[in-house]
Amino acid sequence: MRVGKLREGALHVQVLWIRVVTIIACILAWEFAARSGLFYEGVVPPIWNVSVALVRELVSPDFYVDLGLTMFAATVGFAVGSLIALVIGIALGLAPFARRVFEPFITAIGGTPKVIFLPIIFLVFGLGIESKIAKAGLSAFFPVVLSTTSAFVQIPKILLLTGRSFNLSSWQMASKVYLPAMANSVLTSLRLAMSMSIIGVLTAEIANPQGGLGFRLMRYADLFKIDFVYADAILIFALAALINAFLSALQRARSAHGRKQAADRAAAKSALAASSGI
Amino acid sequence: MPDATQQRPFCMPMWQRVVTAPAFWSLIVLVVLLMLLEGAVRADLVSSAVVASPSAALLGIVDLQQKVDILGALRSTLSTTLVAVALELIVAVPLGHLMYKRRAFSIAYTGWFAALSAAPIFLLYPLFLVIFGRNLVTLIVMGFLPGVIPLILHVQEGFLGVKQTYINVGESFALSRRAIFWRIMVPAAAPTIATGVRLALMYTLINIVAVEYLVDVGGLGRIVADRYFHFDIPGTYSAIIAVAAVSVFLNWLIGRGEHWIRSR
Repeated sequence: MRVGKLREGALHVQVLWIRVVTIIACILAWEFAARSGLFYEGVVPPIWNVSVALVRELVSPDFYVDLGLTMFAATVGFAVGSLIALVIGIALGLAPFARRVFEPFITAIGGTPKVIFLPIIFLVFGLGIESKIAKAGLSAFFPVVLSTTSAFVQIPKILLLTGRSFNLSSWQMASKVYLPAMANSVLTSLRLAMSMSIIGVLTAEIANPQGGLGFRLMRYADLFKIDFVYADAILIFALAALINAFLSALQRARSAHGRKQAADRAAAKSALAASSGI
Repeated sequence: MPDATQQRPFCMPMWQRVVTAPAFWSLIVLVVLLMLLEGAVRADLVSSAVVASPSAALLGIVDLQQKVDILGALRSTLSTTLVAVALELIVAVPLGHLMYKRRAFSIAYTGWFAALSAAPIFLLYPLFLVIFGRNLVTLIVMGFLPGVIPLILHVQEGFLGVKQTYINVGESFALSRRAIFWRIMVPAAAPTIATGVRLALMYTLINIVAVEYLVDVGGLGRIVADRYFHFDIPGTYSAIIAVAAVSVFLNWLIGRGEHWIRSR
């Protein structure tokens, strides 16, 4: 027992060392690249310049306006896209024949780069925030619908029969049986869908630069303010990681045992197959 | 849930088997939707400046070859994708194997890689444009980065999934370490690695097409951008259909490849 604990302790120290050495190596490599003259001047700015740009972005009120625009479009798109996907996913789960009819379309479009649909989105929704919301909704839709359908199919039959034997209404079946039984799988796909929505909005903002973090990043790139490009990219990565961590914590808190079931894994795989917000 | 359509008796007449097949109804749904859209556009219920009629969009695919050399674009996107995936394999297999062999590396890096796989890596493309220029190298790097991460994780997962019994049997036959690796571990891990390659190919292709569209450089993605910027609405729809069809076909092909490896 004690030997095992000692080994675990040594392993933790080793892991810590690997992480610290990796971070230091990355910083040194970056600084070397910045000062070596190997790259065109300013392309790889010193870490100090990026840190200054990062702080300047964090204290700039404009940054929060753009952050608000991106997050608003991503959240509304995520909510609309996921809700539609949930309803369609449950409907397809309830009707096996319809599932086999429509699933090829969903799988096919799910694996296609969504960015190619941007011209249609811009033509239909215009160049305002509506098109960004639509892009976020499109990006969120596919992981959720595929995972909901997959999770629904794997609900234990005994639960469905019990619900029916109690003569539950459709709404009661959905709220008391389907959703609780699929909760873990659906939460996993919702977590993915939120990341996809943010990526979707950023793509739309880059393709049609009119506000938002994607626009901000592209404007800095056009002005050759590369330190600010890195700063914004770091902030966007951090934001995506924070949201992901928050939703993961929410999922862990909800999960009774914190263990992944086979159905959850299958649903996560389905969601992953369509998990590109771009 | 049991599916009645999966249990069709063999004695069913041919026409009845066709009519009860979900694929037949998929086709019917598609045709009906396209006809409804065609009618709506022709009746001016939907503006043709916003939505191209399906007939114009489908016929326009033939014109695309003359206007934008769609086959050349396909060749460009495919070659870029394959180069990126080859690089991913060169990097991911040793790294995944290292993470399998050394538990400390696995614990140290798995969380980081998982977090990176959810990060919007494509945002880095302006930086690579500045570093490498507006050329194929940028496309390859932008395809490589999102593809290599799932591949590393799947290579590691594949080796971790090899049963110790297989390795013990190899050792009992006094096989060398190299023989155990190539004759036992690689074949046993192949199905999981194949899944990783499929995901890597998909992410690589999606990111390359996205950058082609946004930067207006290279293959299939550029075709959509080109037609859109010319405000050629039927051409834009034709390009989108063509790119989507190619993407669906490639995904299907990759899926079949994975299925073939898994079944062996």
